[in-house]
Order: sequence, then C-alpha cells, then structure tokens
Amino acid sequence: MDIIYNGEKDTKIFKDVISSTIQKLVAEDENVIYLDADLMSCINTLKWGRQHRDRAIDCGIAESNMAGVAAGLAAVGFRPIIHSFGCFASRRCFDQVFLSGGYAKNDMTIIGSDAGVCAAMNGGTHMPFEDMALMRTIPDATVVDISDNVLMEDVFPKLVYRSGVKYMRTARKESIKLYAPGTVFEIGKGNVLRDGTDVTIVACGIMVAKGMEAAQRLSQEGISAAVIDMFTVKPIDAELIEKYAAKTGAVVCAENHSVNGGLTEAVARTLIESRPVPMEHVAVDERFGQVGPQSFLEEEYGLTAEHIYECAKRAVSRK
Amino acid sequence: MLDDRQLKEIKKLAIRIKIGVIDELEEVGSGHLGGSLSAADPLAVLYGAVMKYDPKNPKWEERDKFVLSKGHCGPALYATLAIKGFFPYEELKTLNKPHTNLPSHVDKNKTPGVDMTTGSLGQGASTAVGMALGEKLRGKNTRVFLMTGDGEIDEGQVWEAAMFAAAKGLNNLCWMVDFNKKQLDGTIKDILDTGDLEAKFSAFGFDAVTVKGDDYAALYEVFMKRSDKPVAVILDTIKGRGIKEVEETPDNHSMTVSHESAARWRDELKAALSAIEGDK
Repeated sequence: MDIIYNGEKDTKIFKDVISSTIQKLVAEDENVIYLDADLMSCINTLKWGRQHRDRAIDCGIAESNMAGVAAGLAAVGFRPIIHSFGCFASRRCFDQVFLSGGYAKNDMTIIGSDAGVCAAMNGGTHMPFEDMALMRTIPDATVVDISDNVLMEDVFPKLVYRSGVKYMRTARKESIKLYAPGTVFEIGKGNVLRDGTDVTIVACGIMVAKGMEAAQRLSQEGISAAVIDMFTVKPIDAELIEKYAAKTGAVVCAENHSVNGGLTEAVARTLIESRPVPMEHVAVDERFGQVGPQSFLEEEYGLTAEHIYECAKRAVSRK
Repeated sequence: MLDDRQLKEIKKLAIRIKIGVIDELEEVGSGHLGGSLSAADPLAVLYGAVMKYDPKNPKWEERDKFVLSKGHCGPALYATLAIKGFFPYEELKTLNKPHTNLPSHVDKNKTPGVDMTTGSLGQGASTAVGMALGEKLRGKNTRVFLMTGDGEIDEGQVWEAAMFAAAKGLNNLCWMVDFNKKQLDGTIKDILDTGDLEAKFSAFGFDAVTVKGDDYAALYEVFMKRSDKPVAVILDTIKGRGIKEVEETPDNHSMTVSHESAARWRDELKAALSAIEGDK
C-alpha cells in the first residue's frame, strides 16, 4: 500500500468525490439510483441531479420516507444510495433503516455527511457523535468512516455492490492526503499506514491523519507507534487488531465519534475477548455537539494529534 | 364490471379467508382478529379479480405488488395466499410457531407471495411508494396496492409517503386505508381522531374515494380505476366483519380465540358460505 502522507491537504474535497462517484455509478448501472433529502446542494449533486430527475430523486426533507422509498426501490431490483447529514441519515430514520432496510433485506447504501465535529457551523443539532453506534447495531450492516478521497473513490462503489445496510460517514470538505491515487482497498480490512513496535494507534475518519502526526512526534521521543486506518468500523478487522496488540502491547483508539458504540468499543471488545492490552481512547465522552469552527471543536472535544500523543504515552507507560 | 358469477366467487373467497384466519388464530389461541377480518373483504377482491400474480412464481417481475403496511394483519394475507395456492393450506396452522414461515407481522423473506416486510407502522407506506416509483421508472405496466390501517395513519411517515406519492405522480399506486374506526387502545375518535380521511388524501393530491369495505362490486370498480393521480380508497369497514360476536366485541383488536369460540365462529362463516352456494 502506497502511503503518501506528508501532512499536506488534498487538492480534492470529499463532496466532489461523492458527487462524481454517484454520477459514475448511475451512468454505469441502470439499477443504481440516488435519493437525497433536500441536501443535494451540499454534496454538489444538484446541477447534475436536476438534469437526471429519474435517477436523482429529491425526496424533500423527509428522511424516514426516503429510507422507506429506498427500501421499496431495492425490493424491485434497484441499488439505492441515500444521502443526508449523518445526524439525520442515522437518528432521524433509524427504525426505517433498521426494519425496512436491514430486517427486510432491502439493501441500501447510506451516506451520512458532516461526521462528528465536521458539522462545525451547523452546531450541536447537526453533529452526529452516535451515528456509527446506531448503525453498528444492525445485523450484517457495514459501517465505514472515510479518511481520504482515494479511499472513498475505491470503497464507495464497493459498498454499493455489497449486501445489507451500508453506512458511509464522511466529511464533506478538505482532508489530509493519505493514499496514493489508484490504491485498492478491501472492506473489512484495516490499512497499516505506519508500522511500529511500542504502541498501535487505531483510528478512523479524520482522526487517521492526526494519528500519523502523533506517531511522528512519538518517534522523535523514541516511541515506535504503528498507525492503522480502521476505516471499516463494522465488520471490524479483529485479526489485524489482535496481531498489532500482540506486536506492540498497547492500543490507542481515535475517533470523531462518541466513545459509546463506535470504534473504541469495537476494538475493546475484540481485545477483551482475545488479547487484553493497555488501551486508551480519543473520542467524545458523554457530550452533545456544539457550534463553532472545526479546529475549535477538535480542541474542545480532545480530538487532536496532541491528545493521541498523550494517550499513546499513557498506554505505553501502563504496559 | 364483475358478473354475478365472479361476484359470488369473491364473496366466497372473502368468507374462506375469514375461516382461514380463525384456523390460524385457533392454533395459537389469540391474535389480531378484528383487523384481519376487516381486511379480508378487500383482499378477496384484490386476489380474486384485480391483481396479476402467479402462485407458482411468486417473484414474477410483472406481477402486481401488495404491501400490507398494517403488518399485524398477516393472518388475513396468509389465508388469502394459501387459498390461492402460494403454499399449502395446512401451513396456516404454523402461525407464530418457532421457525414458522408465517410470523405475526408479514415478512417477504419468509412467506411466498408476501411482497414487503412490515410491522413498524407507517413503514409499509414508504416502501410501497418506493416500489411504485421503481416500477414507474422502469416503464412497467404493473400496479402497487398498499393497505394501511386507520390507527396507522397516526404515524407521520404515512403523510410523508402520501405527499411523495402525489408529488412524483405515482398513478400506479392504489392506497387503501382500512377505516375500521378502532385502534388498540380504543376508538380512532377517542385516541387520535383522523378526521375526514377522504378529504385529507384528496388534499394531498390523491384521487380519493370512500367505499364500503364489503361492497365487492364497488371495490372492484375503484381498484380497477386508473387516474393520472395515485388513487386512495378509504375502506369503510367494520372491525371483526363477518362474525357477529367479534363485531360486537368492543376491544377486538387482539382477541383470545378458544377452540369453542373458533368452532362457533367457523360455523357462522360456513353457514354464510353455504347460503351463497345455495343461492342460485
């Protein structure tokens, strides 16, 4: 795997990749259909969508109905993709996704944008720290937290052609480059971005780049940190977690999500059942979201490279 | 228009569905009797004369689809499907038993002929609308029949789906409301009065009509009606219809069905069946 991380921002932004991927999938397969709940403008699908009204269905501000319509479309042979902000794409239509989608085996791909603190100026009402937790409870669901545009370009189409409920959470705006263009990924397999021997940082979404930054700092102090992009939070790559727990003897999880029910708990359950090691976490603890610039929110909720660095040192000291 | 012979067959089918419901519920001792009986009459018209389907090929793509959004009335749909040959009649006795293909609330992945899984009220409406949208986008000459309850109408999702269906011009959708005037805790009027459902659906952009739930000839006409709008049929029904004692029981949403009462009710239905058969 060709890692090109150097701390620099990507020239592409997520919403453009979401938009171009949807357009490509729809163009290539007459069964792929995209539905939105009045947020096409937010992922740059509006202009194209208005020219393809039979394949880009604007459902209005009615997420529950949108999820149900997607289930009905799936039942007659379509592969629906639905989008809303992560808070509404999970909480607002959870029963519909759970029953009309998961239970009824009507496969659908859900894009929850503005993950966690990325909701920034939309504030606490729009800031999902619990979307992965909800989606993880659906049997056979796939839950992905996107860290990089190259990852999204490869994984998003694979999600669309996978069975079950597939939830892709993502930021909409800028990101730090991680992967070389053309990199191929496997859903359910974590990516080792950096090898190490003293501690393993298991991160997802926007926290992966911060994990890389923390690992660099740790190396300056002689601590060798491995960094894993666990972009598939469900099904979790238990084998890789166990391997790196054995190899490094300490684990730090980092997620732009509540500590309840997200990556940290998924990793903890894996380790508690196989190889308990000292573990620390960087996640949101028992708090709702709030408004502000993303950089402020990252500090406010402790979602920074600095916090990962501190946690890693603590985890190593507990060995 | 249905001729006399067809009408008679539908009447008989309706009664046989009701007998099937009793056969199912007797076996488990209780169940959603009232709403299953009120749904049986329109089901007899749909499966007796209106819908295209093939019991030997339940997933036939050109079939009309039926979504029972009031999923707890599965027993009525199961009896209909068994009588129409989707699975053996004897299987009705497995209702709600471990590993059954006939769960209390309908499941498309378990029962041949069930087109959508429902149970959480309101959700069937959106899925039916999605199916209608998909079939229309594909240019298919198929129809989607949806039956919601009147208590179910309380769910906000129902109205999201109604607004969507009309706005997207889904004239391949026929939406029935089983207006039997009762929900679990009591009467619709007492719990959350739905008001004038025909006016509400009309206002939402449907071609809406109200028809007596057991006026088979009139039901046939409205089910066959094609419009440039989605059609809404307010089924003016009586919860427990067809069995006097059940009709007269105030709380008949879910009822105990003892062997003794089942035998009595079956006799009443069989007498009604004989009367039709004897009526030359």
